[in-house]
Parts: sequence; structure tokens; C-alpha cells
Amino acid sequence: MSKVRVLVGTHKGAFILTSDGKRQQWDVSGPHFAGWEVYHLKGSPADPNRIYCAPSTGWHGQVIQRSDDGGKTWEPVGNKFSYEGTPGTHMWYDGTPHPWEFKRVWHIEPSLRDPDKVYAGVEDAAIFESSDGGKNWTELPGLREHDTAKGWQPGAGGMCLHTIVLDPSDPKRIYVAISAAGAFRSDNGGASWKPINRGLHSQYIPNPTAEVGHCVHRIAMHRNRPGVLFMQKHWDVMRSDDAGDNWREVSGNLPTDFGFAIDVHAHEPETIYVVPIKSDSEHFPPEGKLRVFRSRSGGNEWEALTKGLPQSNCFVNVLRDAMAVDTMDDCGIYFGTTGGQVYASADAGDNWAPIVRDLPAVLSVEVQTLA
Amino acid sequence: MLPAHLRNLARVDAEVTLEVAPPATIGATLDALEARYPVLCGTIRDHDTLQRRPFIRYFACQEDLSHQGPDTPLPEAVLTAREPLIVLGAIAGG
Repeated sequence: MSKVRVLVGTHKGAFILTSDGKRQQWDVSGPHFAGWEVYHLKGSPADPNRIYCAPSTGWHGQVIQRSDDGGKTWEPVGNKFSYEGTPGTHMWYDGTPHPWEFKRVWHIEPSLRDPDKVYAGVEDAAIFESSDGGKNWTELPGLREHDTAKGWQPGAGGMCLHTIVLDPSDPKRIYVAISAAGAFRSDNGGASWKPINRGLHSQYIPNPTAEVGHCVHRIAMHRNRPGVLFMQKHWDVMRSDDAGDNWREVSGNLPTDFGFAIDVHAHEPETIYVVPIKSDSEHFPPEGKLRVFRSRSGGNEWEALTKGLPQSNCFVNVLRDAMAVDTMDDCGIYFGTTGGQVYASADAGDNWAPIVRDLPAVLSVEVQTLA
Repeated sequence: MLPAHLRNLARVDAEVTLEVAPPATIGATLDALEARYPVLCGTIRDHDTLQRRPFIRYFACQEDLSHQGPDTPLPEAVLTAREPLIVLGAIAGG
């Protein structure tokens, strides 16, 4: 029988939850790396027992930990993230040039095919790759050296490359998103990059339809339809049917189009999930009701999913990397909150229950479906 | 003497004894520490500049050596292993 493993990154360590295919009873292990901020950990699709984890602290900076036994034991691997050449400057909050400085890894994305190959999205925004299981990291500098990069500005959380999406049908195609520069695509394995922000409208920037400068929060893709992308932007839920070349808004009847997380049902490429969050300053669910919204039509028409979720006095946030799906026949949906709960639905969102509820603030959730 | 996070990372007890060729400076001592425990590279000093990370402090013999240069010799009591060089994570945050 299949098993499910949920990898949870929190403000004070990593936790691993496991269950059988029924997904009713969960074993919790952790904290791993207690006291370290774990922005993200993720398993290799090519070898599910290999998990990469990115803990950091303000005292000691970044380390990368790797497990080859499904998270039972860990080994620190390489933690040197040096920009190629002279990194130059981007724009600071006050509009002045600011040197590119490595701060932390936000997102770690293992290759779909090779367990030794893994990408890291970092702050200040850049993408690194390792081809030896995380021991050595090399920047793919074409992104940071893009003509527009001198004008990139940080979002409120820093200038972070937080999203990396790999195209299962084309190993050379990579999508990334940067706050607050926007979305970019490479068609040559990361050597060069193209901004893919046409159709995005960000009303408070000087040119609302600028080539770059958009605060993209997260991009999701269904593995069987890699040319279709869904995006949760700072404001607006967006959709592209041409690999990001053009976007259109599909926020429809959402109570607010602000949010962070977005994901796609494992077996239904037109079924997508978001968690609307009230405004860009309050960062909690509208009316204190924690609701996942599901669209079965690829956007525009949304239904609130509430069964099992708190519908009063709930003021948590759901961050951009904190939603994931499993690939069981009845697709499971998972998300974590800044209140330390991880909620799961074993029936595509109809019914929810917390599978753990008193963790440190959840920063990321990933799911592995194991044979 | 190492802070808890680094003890866990290097899988050592709180106190590590190192032999450092003279002149035994702060920098040479950290070089020796990182040579024995490469996993600590980048966690006390910047990988490239070897500058002390902002929230790390070096104490020895009731003195704060944090702002001394890397070529500063260690006190005699540390060289003779009567006192430790303390690498400390400064109190920060809430």
C-alpha cells in the first residue's frame, strides 16, 4: 500500500509526518535541526529517500542538509553560495544601488531525473545548481546578469528567488519567480532568461504593465500539461496557456485576490487551489475564516472549502511554499499555517483535518507519495 | 568552546582542543578549527572574506576579542589550554 510523507519546514526546525494511504493517522518526527529556520525541504522525485533541506540562522548563516534515508538521518553538505564574478548592484528600497549579498536559501528544487542534481533559489535573487548532491553550488549567473536586474527591487520579505518550477517534458526549461521582479523562463537549462510578465498588472508600480517589477508570489504547474501555468501574484490569480508568454487574470469570484500559495490537483489539470488572504498588510484570512478556494474550471469560478477548517477567529497566514498535493488516487491537499497547524484533505479538499497542530510557524509543506 | 548549534553541526562536545602552530592568532585558530571540521566553514566567518559573522562573538579570559583583528595573538592562558576561546552566538532576537 502506498505511503505519504509530508515534509514541513518551520521557523524552528523541520518535521516529517508519515501515514499510510488512508491518511488518517500520522506519525510525527522532529524537530530536525531544532532552532534553525527551515524555509524549505524537498525530496528528489528520482530517489524519494533523498531529501534536501535548507536550514539557516541569523548567527550561523546557511547550511544545506541531505538525507539519503527518507529523513531518518542527515548529513551537512555544501553551504558556499558565491555569486559568479563581481555581483554588482540591484536597487534598494530607497531607489539607490545596493550590492548583491547572499542571505539565505528560500527554495530548493531537486531535479526530476537525477538525484544528485538540485537547484536553489536564494536571496538576494539568484539561482544556484549542484550536480554532486549538494556538496558544491554554482550560480547560473545569466539570471542575475539579465539586462533588467540592476532595476530589481526587494519585496517586503527581501529580494528572494522563491519559486523554481521544472518542466517535466523539457529538461532545459526552467521557470523562476522573484519578489519583486516577476517571473522568468529559461529554455536552455538556465544559461539565459526571459522575463515572462506580459499580462500582469501591478497597479501601484510606476508602469503597471512593466516588463519587470511585479511581485509574483508563487507559480504552479500540472506535470502533464507543462505549458499551462497558474500564478498567485501579490494581487490577482493569473493563468498562462503558453508557458508564461501571456497571462490573464482568473481571480473571478474570490473574496480577495491576494494570497501566497497556489497548487494544482494531481490528476485534474483544471482544478486549482488558493488560500485567499486579506490585503497586503493584514496577512490573515478574510473574516477570520480559514477557507481554501477551489476552481474546477482553471480559474474564474471558485468554491469555498470549509469543512474541518476554523470558521471563526482564525488569523493565521499560509505562506507561498506551504501548500502541496499528493498523487494518491484520491488526491490529497495539504497546507501549513503560521499558527503551526498542517491541515490535510484526503478527498481533494472536500473535508479537512489538522494532521499536526502545534508546530512553530510553518514556512513550507512538501508531500511525497511513496510506493 | 562552541555554541550549541555548531556543536550539533560538527557533532562535537562543547569544548574542542586544537593544536595551532605559532603564532597562534584568532585567525589561525579558526583556520585550524575549520580544517578539522569543514562543516563549520561559513558558520563563524564569511566563506570568502573570513570576516566574523555579525552575531558571533569571541571571548577569552573575561575579554571581548570580537573586534580584534584576525592576527591578534590569543592570550597565554588560552595557548596553554588553561582558559578556552569562547565562540558565542550573541544574544539577539526575541
